[in-house]
Amino acid sequence: RYFTKMSYDRAITVFSPDGHLFQVEYAMEAVKRGSSVVGVRGIDCVVLGVEKKAVAQLQDPRTIRKIAKLDDDLTIAFAGFTADARVLIEKARLEAQSFRLTCEDAPSIEYMARFIAKMQQSYTQRGGVRPFGVSSMIGGFSKDKLPQLYLTDPAGTYSAWKAYAIGGRSEKAVQEFLEKNWSANLSEADSIRLTVKALMEVVDSGSKNMDLAVMKFGVPVKMVTSEELQEVISDIEREQEEAKKSVAESAPIDSTV
Amino acid sequence: MATFDILNIGSAKWDRSHPVNFSSEFSVGDNEFMLPAVENRAEFCRNNFNAEKGMDQDRELKFMKGTTTLAFKYNGGVIVSVDSRATQGNYIASNSVKKVIEINPFLLGTMAGGAADCSYWERDLGRQCRIYELRNKERISVAAASKLLANTMYQYRGYGLSMGTMITGWDKTGPQLYYVDNDATRIHGDIFSVGSGSTYAYGVLDNYYRKDLTFEEAVELGKRAIMHATHRDAMSGGINNVYHVGEAGWTKVWSGDVNEEYYRHYPIATLPPAPEAVAGAMEEKRMEL
Repeated sequence: RYFTKMSYDRAITVFSPDGHLFQVEYAMEAVKRGSSVVGVRGIDCVVLGVEKKAVAQLQDPRTIRKIAKLDDDLTIAFAGFTADARVLIEKARLEAQSFRLTCEDAPSIEYMARFIAKMQQSYTQRGGVRPFGVSSMIGGFSKDKLPQLYLTDPAGTYSAWKAYAIGGRSEKAVQEFLEKNWSANLSEADSIRLTVKALMEVVDSGSKNMDLAVMKFGVPVKMVTSEELQEVISDIEREQEEAKKSVAESAPIDSTV
Repeated sequence: MATFDILNIGSAKWDRSHPVNFSSEFSVGDNEFMLPAVENRAEFCRNNFNAEKGMDQDRELKFMKGTTTLAFKYNGGVIVSVDSRATQGNYIASNSVKKVIEINPFLLGTMAGGAADCSYWERDLGRQCRIYELRNKERISVAAASKLLANTMYQYRGYGLSMGTMITGWDKTGPQLYYVDNDATRIHGDIFSVGSGSTYAYGVLDNYYRKDLTFEEAVELGKRAIMHATHRDAMSGGINNVYHVGEAGWTKVWSGDVNEEYYRHYPIATLPPAPEAVAGAMEEKRMEL
């Protein structure tokens, strides 16, 4: 009996001599080319903020949604290839319903993050496929009503975060901003503020450039309206202006030694 | 093989590859279950291995069944009470079968119907529950465990499996009780009794059941129901095993011979002595012979 199989020149994801999986690393580059996503965990809420890239004049902005519902109590925002994200989200939604059918209970956020990560990993270890060019942030609550924020990446790792940023021009800068400014026990208002401030590091200000989703336990996810968002942005800008002014005032006008 | 001859099957090749395609974590998957390599596997199994009631009448070697099992939920948890007899047709194969299967320290399953079917699939359920625990770092709920079993039964629907079981335990939502059987019926309830002696058990249970029984009353009710059932049903008997499921898991609370129990409550009255005249006449008759 002879085997006949399609011979690829090589599998798509193979190790390099120094132990890298280049396809996975390139996928992470693709994520950086996507638009920013910021996630912040407050004391009783999770906020997901996304950058809305400028919409072409003739395009209907409502058809581009970067924040999606996985289940009643789970929200996901992704950075990277929209088409890949769509496929991943669809698989995740199906799995959530399958879990509900088999276990008669809602899947935990950890379970969903693990599932998505497992899915992403499996595409790094098969012939003929490429990894998903998507990182995702999933917001939800544990059974004990504690807010949780999970991250998945093209390599298939998943981890929980207090606050994180993915995608966009300067991922690192926003991550550092969050590290400096996040504190435990942020209220809902403060979490929203922090998310907006973080986004403003890389995004032009204005509510038409951002989308924010706020999750609280036992309540459907709320998209912040553009009016509310604009209020927060204006408030932040005012604060920044005043800070600049006070620095200018405290400095002597002519400093002659 | 000798066994196959008695079972009257004729020769069929057996192949180990039974493609069971299930996605995600809840696959029966890696379980290579041997099935005959015929065109219609379900029909073949159903015709030759059907363990359901009355279906193995014409076989030399009948499947082991016959049972009374019961379980009921009350304020303090769940009581599970079972007999221990296994009959093959009119032959009592065993009077000491363990019909309560300890799936894990918080989950119990009972056995009624085909002994092999119950024991195998409930142990398999134990395997699936353990994998769930390892993956999700928390114990599986009774609802999910009973669902896994029911889904497995659904896969083998039409193959002639015979299993009537109660899955019970204490999970995050409190004490729970589910009835699952071989055609994938899955029912949630407060009181169930399964097996050939179930009607007798229901009679006693329904009469004296209350939600606010004390622990001692509940155990006694479980014992009495089995005692009466085993007294009247020929296919039930042996030893009564009683378990209690509480918040900290299950414990075995009683194990005793049903006959002794019965005659303890209902001792046979001693016969009155025969009157003198009759006794004398009987002596003479005997001498003549």
